[in-house]
This record gives sequence, C-alpha cells and structure tokens, in this order.
Amino acid sequence: MKLYTKDHEWIAIDGDVATVGITTYAQGQLGDVVFVELPDVGKALTKGGEAAVVESVKAASEVYAPLDGTVVEANDKLADDPGLVNLEPEAGGWFLKMKLAEGVDTSDLMDEAAYEAFVQTL
Amino acid sequence: MLNDKGRSTRSETTDEADMTASTFTGAKALDVEEALIFEIGRAEVTGVDLPAPKGAKSRLGAHARKAPLDLPGLAEPEAVRHYVRLSRKNYSIDAGLYPLGSCTMKHNPRLNEKMARLPGFSDVHPLQPVGTVEGALDVVAEVGRWLVELTGMAAVAMSPKAGAHGELAGMMAIKAALQARGLDKPVVLVPESAHGTNPASAALIGFEVRPIPARADGTVRVEDVRAAIDDRVGALMLTNPNTCGIFEPEVAEIAAAIHEAGGYFYADGANFNAIVGKVRPGDFGVDAMHINLHKTFSTPHGGGGPGAGPVVLSERLAAFAPLPFVRMEKGRPVLVEDASQTRAGETPYGRLTAFHGQMGMFTRALAYMLSHGSDGLRQASEDAVLSANYVRACLEDLMTLPFPDHPSMHEVLFDDRFLEGTGVTTLDFAKAMIDEGYHPMTMYFPLVVHGAMLIEPTESESKASLDLFVATLRDLTLAAKAGDTDRFTRAPRFAPRRRLDETRAARAPKLKWEKPVAAE
Amino acid sequence: MRYLPLTASDRAEMLARIGVAEIDALYADVPADELLVELPDLPRARGEMEVERIMSRMAAKNLTASAAPFFCGAGAYKHHVPATVDHLIQRSEFLTSYTPYQPEITQGTLQVLFEFQTQVANLLGMEVANASMYDGSTGTGEAVLMAHRITKRRKAVLSGGLHPHYAEVVATLSKMASDAVVRMAPDVGGGEDLLEQIDKETSCVVVQSPDVFGRIVDLAPIAEKAHAVGALLVAVVTEVVALGAIEPPGPQGADIVVAEGQSLGNPLGFGGPYVGLFATRSKYVRQMPGRLCGETVDAEGKRGFVLTLSTREQHIRREKATSNICTNAGLCATAFSMHLTLLGEAGLSRMAALNHEAAIEVAEALAQVPGVEVLNDTFFNEFTVKLPGDATALVEKLARDEGILAGVPVSRLLPGAGLDDLLLVAVTECSTADDRAALVAAISEAL
Repeated sequence: MKLYTKDHEWIAIDGDVATVGITTYAQGQLGDVVFVELPDVGKALTKGGEAAVVESVKAASEVYAPLDGTVVEANDKLADDPGLVNLEPEAGGWFLKMKLAEGVDTSDLMDEAAYEAFVQTL
Repeated sequence: MLNDKGRSTRSETTDEADMTASTFTGAKALDVEEALIFEIGRAEVTGVDLPAPKGAKSRLGAHARKAPLDLPGLAEPEAVRHYVRLSRKNYSIDAGLYPLGSCTMKHNPRLNEKMARLPGFSDVHPLQPVGTVEGALDVVAEVGRWLVELTGMAAVAMSPKAGAHGELAGMMAIKAALQARGLDKPVVLVPESAHGTNPASAALIGFEVRPIPARADGTVRVEDVRAAIDDRVGALMLTNPNTCGIFEPEVAEIAAAIHEAGGYFYADGANFNAIVGKVRPGDFGVDAMHINLHKTFSTPHGGGGPGAGPVVLSERLAAFAPLPFVRMEKGRPVLVEDASQTRAGETPYGRLTAFHGQMGMFTRALAYMLSHGSDGLRQASEDAVLSANYVRACLEDLMTLPFPDHPSMHEVLFDDRFLEGTGVTTLDFAKAMIDEGYHPMTMYFPLVVHGAMLIEPTESESKASLDLFVATLRDLTLAAKAGDTDRFTRAPRFAPRRRLDETRAARAPKLKWEKPVAAE
Repeated sequence: MRYLPLTASDRAEMLARIGVAEIDALYADVPADELLVELPDLPRARGEMEVERIMSRMAAKNLTASAAPFFCGAGAYKHHVPATVDHLIQRSEFLTSYTPYQPEITQGTLQVLFEFQTQVANLLGMEVANASMYDGSTGTGEAVLMAHRITKRRKAVLSGGLHPHYAEVVATLSKMASDAVVRMAPDVGGGEDLLEQIDKETSCVVVQSPDVFGRIVDLAPIAEKAHAVGALLVAVVTEVVALGAIEPPGPQGADIVVAEGQSLGNPLGFGGPYVGLFATRSKYVRQMPGRLCGETVDAEGKRGFVLTLSTREQHIRREKATSNICTNAGLCATAFSMHLTLLGEAGLSRMAALNHEAAIEVAEALAQVPGVEVLNDTFFNEFTVKLPGDATALVEKLARDEGILAGVPVSRLLPGAGLDDLLLVAVTECSTADDRAALVAAISEAL
C-alpha cells in the first residue's frame, strides 16, 4: 500500500515495515539533489517530525516522517549517488525504511489518485 | 597605426565564426588561462631572499618537522604574473557599476588605503604599552564618537569583526540585559524578509526564532508584531530600511510594542547608508544596531572581507558592552580590557575576539567620515536614494515592482512577473547582464518576493552611468519579451567562464588540489 | 564633495524624472518629526590634504614596531612581508570585488581561495580547509561549536596554555549558549593534567601549540585520550610560521585545527583585521562553518571554481545554519596566500629557522642575566621569562626610557592571576643582532 503526504513524502507499507522517500513532484521542485542527510538506524520517528534533510545546490528541505516508527534501514546508496533521488525518486532513490509503531493511523494520508489531484492544485 | 609593410591594421572581416574561434593557449587575448600554483610552482623555488640560518641549535624538543609540506614556491616575477592574470578574471567596483542590493558596492577611496597604511596604524602591536599607542586608541574612540552621534545612541562596541559578528554582539547584550533583570524570554521575533544572518545569530546563543509575516506591501505591521508578542518574547530583530528597500513606516510603534512587552529592539544596520544624517535609529527606538563599515563607510569588500561590525547600544544596553572598550577620561583615551578595570555601571558580558577589533577598517572608515563630514554623509545618503528611485522611475514601465506603494530607499526591488512567459528566469537575466559588462544585481533575495532582483546603484554613479545602465536593462527586457531567449539562457558568452556546474561541485566536493595520479 | 559625481542640475533632472519636487519626498515613510533638520553635530567635509594631516598626526603619536627593538608576540607577530604582497592585494580586482557570488566573473578570487584552502590544509596537515574565518580567536569559538554538533555533547575543556583571549571568546560564547566549559588554570609550568579532565561528557579539548607561554605541546597523547571517549581534539596555532619548523597538528591526531594567519602577509595593525585558518577531516566537512570554494567545470568543460556546500550557511539554512558567519577575511586570506606562494616550502622553512635561532640567542643571553629565569624547556620563537620584579613596570620603563618594546607582560592577558613577574618575549627574523643585544643589555641594566 503506497500513500502520500501533503509535504510530498511517499510511504510504501508492507506489513509493519514501511519505505519512505520523496515524490517525483518534490524532486522536480528541488532540482538537482546534491546531498541527503539520513537518520541513524534505531532512531525513533514521530509523525510530522524531521526524518531526513534533502539538499539541492541552493536549498535544504526537511523530510518529515509520514507515520510514527523506528528507523530500521537508511539508503546508503544516496551518500555516493544523491542523484538517484532525481532519477528514481519513488524506487531506488528511497530514503529510509521504518518499523511502524503499533496501530498507526493512516487516515489522513492520500492515495495516489488523491495526491495527483492535490499536486494539480499547486 | 600602420605596420612595416604599410598595410592597414584593420581586420578584413568579422563574422560569427570569430565568436567561437579557439586559440592554441586557450587565451582570449587579455584573458589568459592561468594554472594553479601547485601546477606551476616548485618546492625548491622561493620568491623571498632571506639570510641563511647559522644555528645548529634546536629548542624544538622532539617536535621538529620531518615530513615535507607540499607548498610550492614562485619567484617574484612568476608570482606577480600569476596574481595579475587571476585578478583580470574579476569584476570590481573600480571597473564598473556593481548594483548588488543590500551589499552597497560604493566607491572605495584610495585615501583610505593610504591612511590605513601609515606605519603609526599598521605597524603597531595590539598589546604594546598603552602609552605607546594613544593615537591608535584615538582612532577607535573617534570612529565610535561618529557612530554614536550619527545613530543617536548611547554607546558603541567596536570589536565585532563583521556585520554578522555585530549581530551576535548585540544579541548577547540583549541576552545579558534580560538575564540581569531575571527574565526568561527566549523568543526572538524575526520577519521573513530578514537577512539569514539574523536568525542564525539569534539561534547561535540559544534564542528561539519566531517568524513574522511580511505584508503584501513589503512592510512589517505593528499589529502583526503585537499579535506575535507573548511573555516569552525578549527581542525583535528588524532591518530598517528593510530588505525590500523600504523604510518601515511603523518602526517607532513596533519599537514601542516590543519595549512595552519588556523586550529589546535589535536593528540590522545593513542599510544604514540610506539614512545617515537624515534620521537617527536612536530616535525610532533602537536598542542595538550593527553598522557594516564595509557598506556604509566604504571600506573595501576585498572579495569577501574583511568587514567590520561595530554595534551601537541604547542607554538600556550600554552597561553590557563587551570587552575591550575605550573610555575617554579628560580628553585622553583609556583602554578597558578586563573586568577588573571596569567602573560602577560597566558590566561587560565578556569578550568577542582577541585584541580590539578591525583597526585597519576603523582607519579607513575614519578617513571616509572626515572626508565627507556630516554634510557630505547626508548628501551621500540622499544621492544613493535619489539614484535608486531614478533607476526605478526609468524602468517601472517595463519591469515589475512588487511594492509600488512605497518610495524606495537606497535600493529598488523588482520581481520576475515581467519575465512571465518569456522562458527567461531571473538567473538568466542576471547572466545576460554579465555579457553587457555589468555585475548582476542581487538575485532571489529577499525570499518574500518571487524571482527577486534587488538593485542598489549607490551614490557613486554619475547620471551618465545610470542612464547607460537603465538603457541596458531596458534593452534586455525588450529582448526577453521579444523572444530572444538565447541571449539569456546561453549567457554569459563573453566572460572568462561560461556557467559553472554547481551541482557537480556540491555532489562530489573537490575542495583542495590533489596531485594527479600518474598514468600507468 | 569629490566622491559624489551628481551635480545640482543632475539631481534636479532626476527628481523631475521621478516626479517629486524634493528629495525629502522620497523619505515620506520616515515620520516627519524624526527627519533631521539640522546636520549632526560633527565636522563638515574636508579635502584630502586636510584629512591626511589630521590622521598623520594621530598616527605619529604611536611608537611603531619598526622604529624600535621589538619583541611583542602573544598572538600577533611582526614578520617581513614582501612589498609584492601589498601591491598585489591593492589591485582593484581583488580589493574592490565582492564575495564571488557570480563565478563567471570572479574566477580570480575563487582560484585564489582554492589555492588558499589547499595551502592551509597542507600547512596544518589536514584534509580540508575553509576559505577563512575572521581570526584565530573567533575561529576557536566556531571550532568548539562544531565539535558540539559532531559529538552531540556540550562541554569543552580548554587547556591552560590556550591564549587567554581565545579562552575568553569560547567562554563568552558558551555562557551565552548555556554550554559547559572547563577552563584550566594558566599552565605556566607545563605540568597541567589535561587528560584527567577529558570524560564521556567532553565534546572537545582545546590545546594550543606552541602554547601561549611558547612551549611546544605533544598533541598525540591528548588526541588519543580524547578519541578513546568519543571527544575531539581542537588544536590551535597562533604563530603559523612555527609550522615551517615543527610537526603540524594533523598528523598528531587533531580533528579540527584553528590558526591565526596574521603572521603571513598581514601587518600587526593594532590587532586586526587578521585571518583565521580553519581545517578539519573530510568526514566533518558538512559540519564546518564558513565559506568553501570547490572545483568544477563550466558549460564548455573548462575547469573553474565556485562557492559550494552553501546549504550549511546562514543565507539558506537561517537558524539551522552551522554558523552565522557571512563574510570571510577575503583580502587578508589573499595576502596570506600570496606571501606563502612567494615563500614556498623552502622560504618558509628558512624563515622559521631564522626565527628559531634568533629566539634561542635571546633566551640564552637572558638566562645569563642574574635574577632572570627562562621557563621554557621547548619553544619556537617566543618564550616566558620570570623576572625578579613586575613585568609591566619593566616593559613600560624600557618603552619610555630606551624606546624598546620588550614583550608582552603575562598580566596584560591574565590580570590578577598572580603572574605579574612573567614576560612573554617573541623574537622574529625582523629583529637585528643589535636589537637583540639592546634588549638583553637594557633588561640587565634595569634590574
């Protein structure tokens, strides 16, 4: 199940583990990504709190945790190749995997159609 | 002139091919390619003749250096040529109009340089006996007196090394004053249009930053400030004239609001050059304000410093001024370097830097102040404001003003609406100015305006210079609107370099020269 | 006024074009009662000749270093700077250019910065250096903050050999930011137990070498202890010429090195402007304060340089920036780089050797003066002398009666510390044999 936030993160949920990244639209707005600051494994994330920072040449943007959980893996490939975020934002350019907290509420996240409609309004 | 064959020296033809022609050396006539010192220098070469050391003695203990340093040397002619060639790849205020808004690229008088190099100023040590440097202390005191008088404040801290350092100094005074009153007010209000240094300086010493929105007319309103104030707010940082080039109409009411709440008003003095001799910040309620001597008082920017950022302080903050400071007693300067030398009512919060501040900038600024006098300083402010408004008047029919309802101060802000649909961005427009022989204006700042272009012509330009500048921008604007996008998107074409790949620089930073690995 | 090109008729024409009757109409947003009617109570404009006369008179009141046998140091050193340096930094294109925000037309400044960064990194024995800080003392404050960010701890331990002004800068910043500082007592004897102070709360330990008393410090054991508990070693150098003779801090395990670069290219100038050198390990580069210049290529593939990794900085990150620093010490860094390029490794090594041998000569001669004790076992070009009486009184007497600037009394830096009988004596290549003999004779006579 893949869901989206209004801050342009995507989250793909598979059982109690979820993969998080930024959307194709978001990377387009940022321009060439030059650096991604990822959280340490084991870090507790709270929904809406800072999870990572993505940097282009002239901007730094926070990436927020879409749900509560704990970081179980960070995408080390981004250290050497931050351009992956531009090339494959919703695949190889993922940021982190998190183990979701018990009973997280996904009701205010958007599905793909809703997110696309949301982007149209921007 | 004719050559020895009597032929005309005029070229037969010029055509497009000439524009893209390459040369064997890579040079374009006066613009010569220059390698790095690490590529042309050699470890055994030196450009300085020193006597041979005699001694075989050592008191270095076990710490004598064994490894080489990899520092190449150049003989004097090589060094001169290296740096002269490099210098020719730079734009400079001496060579042309430099309309960087918020940066104040005015003429740098050479008298200032001469005065700073008088041995009595340049060749004295900061810790010589005070009796041997009274003339140097006089300079510190005299620059301070001018700053206090021009701003209508009570005191000045001279030691901050640059504008941002001055902000830090001022915010520390505010923090010390709050602490002395036993108040816990950790929040600072900062408008969204502020320089990035403002929130950064406040955050560095533990203040929380709370943004205040800018109104649609580019100003900050007292009602927005009142709405943001609660009992945790200890200070407000406001640039005035603001970063949109507007004098804040409600500044006195804003100052009163923060004072009523028990807080302090920090003013960013980056734009003081618009109002010197016209209005005194002390009269509109400022408690602390740094002054960029390298902006308002013409000390050279030097490719990025050194600056100097003295901070003037109100009666409420004067007691907290940092060490060291110069106190005048019976017409003679007294240097106070340590808390043990203070008197009642002097409670410095500490020290910001080694020694006494940017003396070499004080001498330059003093030469500028003495040259202008109070009358010349006022005229300079008026001319800066006049020139900015003239540029505005000559361009406002073609370019777009985000804030047409207020007169500009020393700089005029345009946005990029006039480029809508042309395929030309603010960046492209700026790069095309380079081809026309101009340094671009400040771009994309302030952040509250889309595609901002902030133009500060300063008082140093003649009317003829302004007229040519305006004509150039009009021509560029018309070209953009006429669809000549190549002139913009491919620019600059005639500079020593075309556009540089900043993404590549940031993705895999190469921050120093490394010996190339020898080919197999 | 000679600096203002607009004439009265220009001004009238421009006002007409703007469509206002008088200049004050453009100041309409200033409350009318705040607009000054009278000029400020300050002198009126003056010609160049008059200004020169006034300022020359002020300058003439000072005793210059070149006019006296001169032995002051303590963080600011008199060295010979080739005439070429001062000429080149006054080229319009270096002097009157802004920060290189438009790289296509500022490759000169940018290449100089790239060369400067490389020279600094090599000199300090570190992997990466920035484009300079204001000076050594503020750089030290920034280094402590950087160590706090890296270690996520907030306690700095400052050696008693750290220049007292530097320690005060760190202490002021830390007090304001509510960070902890352990400031060791002045380490005159060189016996402080710094290792004892380094614990699991320590973010960094700050050690100067040669220290403020002139002693050369073995940094390796301090680095080892710091690293064992996850802390960093911040090494400070206030006299970079020493690095022509002694091992740099990098190979000894320093994580951040800060140095005062004034000694090369820059005059004493009563304390400023100077230039801070700042270097670290590559892995910490994103936590570094200040500007960085990096290599890249332009659209035609030619090598060029740009300011880079700007997302660390205040104009993008605002309150989350690594520092509030905006400017660097551009022209002072340029002068530093030019002087070092002229010297090269051969010249720097020779300059260092000359400093060291001149200092040994004075130290040995002073040690022979009855009642005088040289406290250092090791030193480069500066050492501490214990006098039978008050050092300040002696220095003032020699300045007044003999025109000799004999050094910096320790009590000038540490008033009230009970160190009134200590004098710091710095001897550089600028001193002549006569100067050195005059100092020793005058001290013997005065005691």
